[in-house]
Amino acid sequence: MTVGLYGAYGGRYVPETLIPALDELALGWEDARADDEFHRELHELLTTFGGRPTPLTLTERFAPGKRLYLKREDLLHTGAHKLNNTLGQALLARRLGKQRIVAETGAGQHGVATATVCARFGFDCVVYMGAEDMERQRPNVERMYLLGAEVRPVEFGTKTLREATSEAIRDWISNVETTHYLIGSCVGPHPYPSIVRELQSVIGREAREQILQAEERLPDVAVACVGGGSNAIGLFAGFLEDSAVRLLGVEAEEAASLGDGRTGVLHGARSSLLADEDGQILDAHSVAAGLDYPGVGPEHAFLRDTGRAEYVTATDAEALAALHRLAETEGIVPALEPSHALARVDGLEGELILVCLSGRGDKDLARV
Amino acid sequence: MSKRLVIYLMAGRETPELAEAAVEGGADVVELGFPFSDPLADGPVIRRAAERALAEGMRTDACLECLADTRSRVDVPLVPMTYAALLEAHGYDRFEQDAREAGATSLIVADLPVDAEPGLRRVQLVAPTSTDERIGLAAEHTDGWLYLVTVTGTTGARNGLSPALAGLVGRARRTTDVPLYAGFGITTPEHAQAAAELVDGVVVGTRAVEVAEEGPAALSDYVRSLSTMLH
Repeated sequence: MTVGLYGAYGGRYVPETLIPALDELALGWEDARADDEFHRELHELLTTFGGRPTPLTLTERFAPGKRLYLKREDLLHTGAHKLNNTLGQALLARRLGKQRIVAETGAGQHGVATATVCARFGFDCVVYMGAEDMERQRPNVERMYLLGAEVRPVEFGTKTLREATSEAIRDWISNVETTHYLIGSCVGPHPYPSIVRELQSVIGREAREQILQAEERLPDVAVACVGGGSNAIGLFAGFLEDSAVRLLGVEAEEAASLGDGRTGVLHGARSSLLADEDGQILDAHSVAAGLDYPGVGPEHAFLRDTGRAEYVTATDAEALAALHRLAETEGIVPALEPSHALARVDGLEGELILVCLSGRGDKDLARV
Repeated sequence: MSKRLVIYLMAGRETPELAEAAVEGGADVVELGFPFSDPLADGPVIRRAAERALAEGMRTDACLECLADTRSRVDVPLVPMTYAALLEAHGYDRFEQDAREAGATSLIVADLPVDAEPGLRRVQLVAPTSTDERIGLAAEHTDGWLYLVTVTGTTGARNGLSPALAGLVGRARRTTDVPLYAGFGITTPEHAQAAAELVDGVVVGTRAVEVAEEGPAALSDYVRSLSTMLH
């Protein structure tokens, strides 16, 4: 029996030590989903602590000739969509009786969102972060310190999100009885991809209602950047059944797990990966730390294969140019990650376009 | 007391010679690590050994050649230990077939729980966190012996034998008659002896990989210090 599959992708490729914890998590999640009190408390937190619903902003000058709407996850508390997931998983961890949280972070946004909920819930918090990422996303490291988290640098391999994720999982293997692993994207072993997808689907649900209200129709295209893919899956979730809405994911050109990948196993799941013919994982590269990852959520691999979503790439230079252009034409400084999505707006067919602006650019000021 | 001693070595250019030395020192089984770039079950020593092996070109085909070369030098059972990513890329059936043709007695896949790829014959692992039901399932499907992970954690040297082992052995014995071998964290002859009071075999990995770096003579001496406690 293989559980948690999206077509041929997903599953649980982890040491046996973790299987009972994954079973416990899956049961706890089913239990929470069926509990009105869980939904009420999550909604309350998302509203009064997180600042949801986030607005939908019609751009003025960025995309002449188009009606471009931005779903403003950059305005969510902590500055990115990551809080949607960490609030939900914090509630789940409390239901499971866990007092210690371990997480990985790339751009630092998930680390900050994790440290934030740990502060609020009174959990111990350990965040693994690649030494290279700690250097290039320094403001987020400082924020995590302020929030009381312990940030553990990962000094081997590419010193980025890939190794940080491995170390977080190793920590979890060693402390599984007391610790909840608060994964930051729709990756990892079942049930994580489905938990993160559901917690992020608030993005697509709100955006769908908002654009219907503003335009009285659905967008021609919904666009989001894809690293692990959580903001994209959250946006896409709102439009999967609307077959006329084109779903477009934008990967970093040298981290295109979907565009250039092959089927393989990494971090507990089968997905499309940057790997060689022997299954060894290859290095990814991106100016955006949050996209600098050789894997991707299994549901994206499935959506690619079925053709429901399409995936393209943007280069570092294109993303940087889009960041500057949005700042100068709209008065919004986006993070480098969603700047990849913005970079592909030019030349898109269709007049009504929706982009998930997954985070704000403060963390990137030293790099742009 | 005669218990089995399993020595883990990372595949590499020197490995056939090292395996010979381990067997001279009294190893009854040799596990041969096929390195993976992102080994979640391994602590720093074996992770670094895997990085070095990959850097010297120990990809799947080279590991299979290493296995065949080792097979030509020793008569003990040889068991490749690796990660699902390699089998996924090579093909599960083809990997099993190629490994057996190269002289493997069985396989261990560190991140392939018993309910995944049920058609693949392999030594199953159970851990202190495993439920009785999963221990039963693993025992039913295992190939020859059941690998008891002594710690809730990754591979690597520990200061003493895990206190969780006794409980795990008790639960496993109530479930199954298959031989039980204990591994992860067993470092010294004293650990090996203490574990051997409880189980039928002892697996030593991290410390063996460290000593192997000092050469075949050092490895042979180290293995002998373990095997005299068990044989």
